[in-house]
Amino acid sequence: MLGNIVAFLSSGANIAFFVCALLAIGGAVFMISFTKVVHMLLAMALTFLSLAGLYVLLEAEFVAVVQVLIYAGAVSIVMIFGIMMTRHRGDEVEPKRPLHSWLLGIGCLALFGIIFYAIQQTALPTGEFQAAGDNTMEIGKQLFTLHVIPFELMSVLLTVAFIGAIIVAKREED
Amino acid sequence: MSGLATPYLTLAAILFCIGLYGALSKKNAVIVLLSVELMLNAVNLNLVAFSKLGVHPGLTGQIFSLFTITVAAAEVAVGIAILIAYYRSRGTTNVNEMDSMKR
Repeated sequence: MLGNIVAFLSSGANIAFFVCALLAIGGAVFMISFTKVVHMLLAMALTFLSLAGLYVLLEAEFVAVVQVLIYAGAVSIVMIFGIMMTRHRGDEVEPKRPLHSWLLGIGCLALFGIIFYAIQQTALPTGEFQAAGDNTMEIGKQLFTLHVIPFELMSVLLTVAFIGAIIVAKREED
Repeated sequence: MSGLATPYLTLAAILFCIGLYGALSKKNAVIVLLSVELMLNAVNLNLVAFSKLGVHPGLTGQIFSLFTITVAAAEVAVGIAILIAYYRSRGTTNVNEMDSMKR
């Protein structure tokens, strides 16, 4: 047991994975347990940043940078705007629903148990991974050759969604 | 029977379950949206992990996760916009009190 732990911690990548995973889970748990909305948001930003660290470990540098830009930057700021535009005074008082929260907790734990059992039972063979020389350039090439139609569809979706968001949130003159 | 991808998959499962708990138990609609983001992030972690540690490693998983991130950003923008419009007409962000779509 102890030998396993020492062998696990002898590799730098494993230590980095351990730290990032701990920060991610810690941020998520704090998000659940904090009572002030802004604190929840900051804990969530910690989770997003540590997930970016995990992406770097998985040699997906471009996705890591996008994660920091979009999630830790844009999504957090939009959420802060959402909090500021609505009213939040003091602590969040969760409604007392013991049966609901117990059933929910048991259900989530059961789901996790099922997924965990499936992961442990499945053989996950690993293929030969050769890192692309320039991750960003390879992604760009594939986006504009193989995946060009989803890429263009995504730009249309983003435009429609953001124009729709502006129209929905606009103050109506009446 | 497990592979190199097992720790990542387990971490993603933990994050997904925490996100599910938050989305179903929290009262504030902003936090519900945030929990949905956490679930999407867990799925992204799976995609990126399999793009390196899967049977056929390649860039496809990373590109797929980029698309997911884009859709998640659009979802957050529209969700917050709906929330602000709802707050303007009703004065609440409590999901327990959201029971009507009329004015």
